[in-house]
Amino acid sequence: MRWGVIVFPGSCDDQDVFDTLKRDMGQKVKFLWHKDDLVGHFDCLVLPGGFSYGDYLRCGAVARFSPIMRGVVEFARQGGLVLGICNGFQILCESGLLPGALVRNAGLQFVCQQVLLRVEETDTPFTCEAKKGQLLKAPVKHGEGCYYADSATLERLRKNHQILLRYVDAKGRASPSANPNGSLDNIAGVCNETRNVFGLMPHPEDACNKLLGSEDGRKIFSSIAVTCAQREHRHA
Amino acid sequence: MRDEKAAQFNQPLVTPEVVASHGLTPEEYRKIVKLLGREPNHTELGVFSVMWSEHCSYKSSRHYLKRLPTEGPHVLQGPGENAGVVDIGDGLAVAFKMESHNHPSFIEPYQGAATGVGGILRDVFTMGARPIASLNSLRFGSIDHPRTRYLLSGVVAGIGGYGNCIGVPTVGGEVYFDECYDANILVNAFTLGIAKKKRIFTGVARGVGNPVIYVGSKTGRDGIHGATMASESFSEEKEQRRPTVQVGDPFTEKLLLEACLELMETDCIIGIQDMGAAGLTSSSSEMAGRGGTGVELDLSRVPLREQSMTPYEILLSESQERMLLVAKQGTEDEVKRIFDKWDLDAVVIGRVTDDRQFRAFFDGVEVACIPISALTKEAPVYQRPVERPKLQDQLEQLDLSNIAEPTDLGSTVKLLLGSPNIASKEWVYRQYDHFVRSNTVVAPGADAAVIRLKGTEKGLALTVDGNSRYCYLDPYVGGALAVAEAARNLSCVGARPLGLTDCLNFGSPENPEVMWQFSQVIEGMRDACIALKVPVVSGNVSFYNETDGVPIYPTPTVGMVGLVAEVAKVVTPWFKAAGDVVVLLGRTREELGGSEYLKIVHGLVKGTPPWIDLRLEQAVQSCCVAAIEKGILRSAHDISDGGIAIALAECCISGPEKPLGVRIDMREMIRGDALLFSESQSRIVVSVAEENLEQLREVAAEHHVPMQVIGAVGGTSFVIQPLLRLPVDELRATWSAGLTSRIK
Repeated sequence: MRWGVIVFPGSCDDQDVFDTLKRDMGQKVKFLWHKDDLVGHFDCLVLPGGFSYGDYLRCGAVARFSPIMRGVVEFARQGGLVLGICNGFQILCESGLLPGALVRNAGLQFVCQQVLLRVEETDTPFTCEAKKGQLLKAPVKHGEGCYYADSATLERLRKNHQILLRYVDAKGRASPSANPNGSLDNIAGVCNETRNVFGLMPHPEDACNKLLGSEDGRKIFSSIAVTCAQREHRHA
Repeated sequence: MRDEKAAQFNQPLVTPEVVASHGLTPEEYRKIVKLLGREPNHTELGVFSVMWSEHCSYKSSRHYLKRLPTEGPHVLQGPGENAGVVDIGDGLAVAFKMESHNHPSFIEPYQGAATGVGGILRDVFTMGARPIASLNSLRFGSIDHPRTRYLLSGVVAGIGGYGNCIGVPTVGGEVYFDECYDANILVNAFTLGIAKKKRIFTGVARGVGNPVIYVGSKTGRDGIHGATMASESFSEEKEQRRPTVQVGDPFTEKLLLEACLELMETDCIIGIQDMGAAGLTSSSSEMAGRGGTGVELDLSRVPLREQSMTPYEILLSESQERMLLVAKQGTEDEVKRIFDKWDLDAVVIGRVTDDRQFRAFFDGVEVACIPISALTKEAPVYQRPVERPKLQDQLEQLDLSNIAEPTDLGSTVKLLLGSPNIASKEWVYRQYDHFVRSNTVVAPGADAAVIRLKGTEKGLALTVDGNSRYCYLDPYVGGALAVAEAARNLSCVGARPLGLTDCLNFGSPENPEVMWQFSQVIEGMRDACIALKVPVVSGNVSFYNETDGVPIYPTPTVGMVGLVAEVAKVVTPWFKAAGDVVVLLGRTREELGGSEYLKIVHGLVKGTPPWIDLRLEQAVQSCCVAAIEKGILRSAHDISDGGIAIALAECCISGPEKPLGVRIDMREMIRGDALLFSESQSRIVVSVAEENLEQLREVAAEHHVPMQVIGAVGGTSFVIQPLLRLPVDELRATWSAGLTSRIK
């Protein structure tokens, strides 16, 4: 399979995702420049973390107009897998590929810490290698990661099982103290209705090596790899 | 006509008042006239004033700085460049430096601190090194001072705002509070970058006719005379200097960083330098100075963001996110292509000449012509008067027999754990991204931070340190201790020091007592650097840290970098498992002078700081590293502020998991408060699995290090027999809330 990592001006975690996929996961991966059109065959596109265009305006609000985003929207429409991490999640929400929005953290400050995530759904290309209810450890680091959606949208997300990750405590409870940013319903990651676009605030790429304190992030990347391998098999 | 034009650009006329307002003395002005062979015009006067400012010329410190050892087997580039560079093997090198941004941060905390980070990042990537880790050392006034909360939250947000946005992790640092910083805070920022050993760039202008290219942000009126401001003392009215503080734009800096590193992959660059303090003036003249060349600039071509700027303003602007580079002739288009890709300006604004003059033109007329050497080599050097402070003897007096031992030592431990200098700094560092770049093995909260080096088994350890109270009481010992403690912090994670950078923050050099402190601190640092074999590779001096004639404590901060041979073997300070044996390396003596205990509990800043035997220090550090490399240790923690009681409590409560208890039984023939809170140097508390204890004894014996088994990990209580017993949960709660409860 082939991964594409999109580089916006101000992307910071692009190299981290690239290295993790290549070194820790042994994947084929290529950088894609935001000013280019999306050309070539890819199985999964990653929108990495960072501060695209400085995020001086609403996070992700400028990046959604980058030339490559036309191709990303089309790619998603045709069923391609799109993963947005942190700023990538914000860009996907701004692009309308994911519901809801990410607003200023409830505590008003930037938050950098390890968090625990509970896997809520496993029938997705992004979580199929995890077990339902499994806890994953990964860091968050953001100033605007408070997930918000109106009540009708939230209801739809719950009904369609689109909430894939929640912030939880060591006992697996989605308690207020386990919520680092005030996200509604402790939401850490959601997918779209067709389950091929996934955005999350935590950084799985920083949790794929024992030296960094966690290998749980591999579950996300290996789920995608397994899904793509199955898809290829089906096509063959 | 030309003369008329020039006269118009160079208004106003130079009068003695104008000279004085530029911070130049009458003698300095006479020297300028002699060097030029004529009176300078207003533009030239501006150029001299910044280049001869304390901040740029090091005129009061240079004489002493020469005393510091700067050479070592790993040193590729010592002081004098934008950053120092050391060899780390595998064809790789690291560039690092620390710099102060004290006055701007006091005037405007967010932007002052943010642009401090921006400046040090540029100093590092201008060397061809990609920044991969930052640290900072922060000093604020008393936690109860009405301005402290505003300054603290502004500075921390500014550091985070800039560092997070540019994608360089802030992996460690220190935060101290003391009344002596009430009106003059310190913000010292450190950055380290990594480069290929064979691709190090320097700030040099060579090759007559080569283009001088301006890249990055446009120039505005911000920061004019920032370097001069940094070279003056504070008074009430100086707070009106807010407009001299620049505004940071981390996004543009990120683009500049990527564009410069991409350009450095090509063969276009001869030399490159950050436009930091004194902007275009210092970068161009220093580059020509190092190259033994001259430089000619056409100021009309400088990209401006404000209208009708004068040549004076263009030359002295300290607008951020700008670099100056000298490229090979014929590569101009390639340079432009790369900067276009990143949507940045790249404009040829001049060329390298062979006449060793600094020449600036504006609208076709020459507005400045100064010999390069007059701005660099000929800048004044002072050997200022030195005098031991009259109060020094009195400060050193401390009679412990007059100091009552607390009856409840348990409450004393809690009081110290919750005091702002010792309490957890999580509120600060959780606002910094310390994970980006996916290298952080030991995050903030340990003795030293550790990052891995992708593609190798190695790691780098980084720390910043300095205890200004020690330096106030005995600047020689304090200087030595700053170096020793930084090196000890590195040894606690298993690293051997490669080199150090420093920020020397002092009062006015025109005060002989301050100069005495400065000279003593340098001597102390020198002796420790030699004994511990750590060369000084870069640094910065910040004088005039005083308000209305009252100087801060002498505050050298030391940033040190060490190499970890096998990063998988690093250890952290906190206890790991019940049943492990707790061991003290080194000896505790009755040394309460200058301690945190004396200050917090008895309100005293007195006595002599703990003595240091540099040979023992070296032995303890080597012993700790050797034990970590053999894989024997479970944890290691330096004993510093608050003494062994606080170090042990931190071992119990500072880990990411649930706190672990400990039962300690140690004997020294000294009073109880000294046993617990003495800050005797050269001590490390370690824990080992019982089966490894014998092996540790062997390592300690080999290094001739005194070692004492003092207890065992386990339970839920913090017990020091027979003095105190406290539940660890309570200690953690006190320690965790210590800072936040005082600032919210």
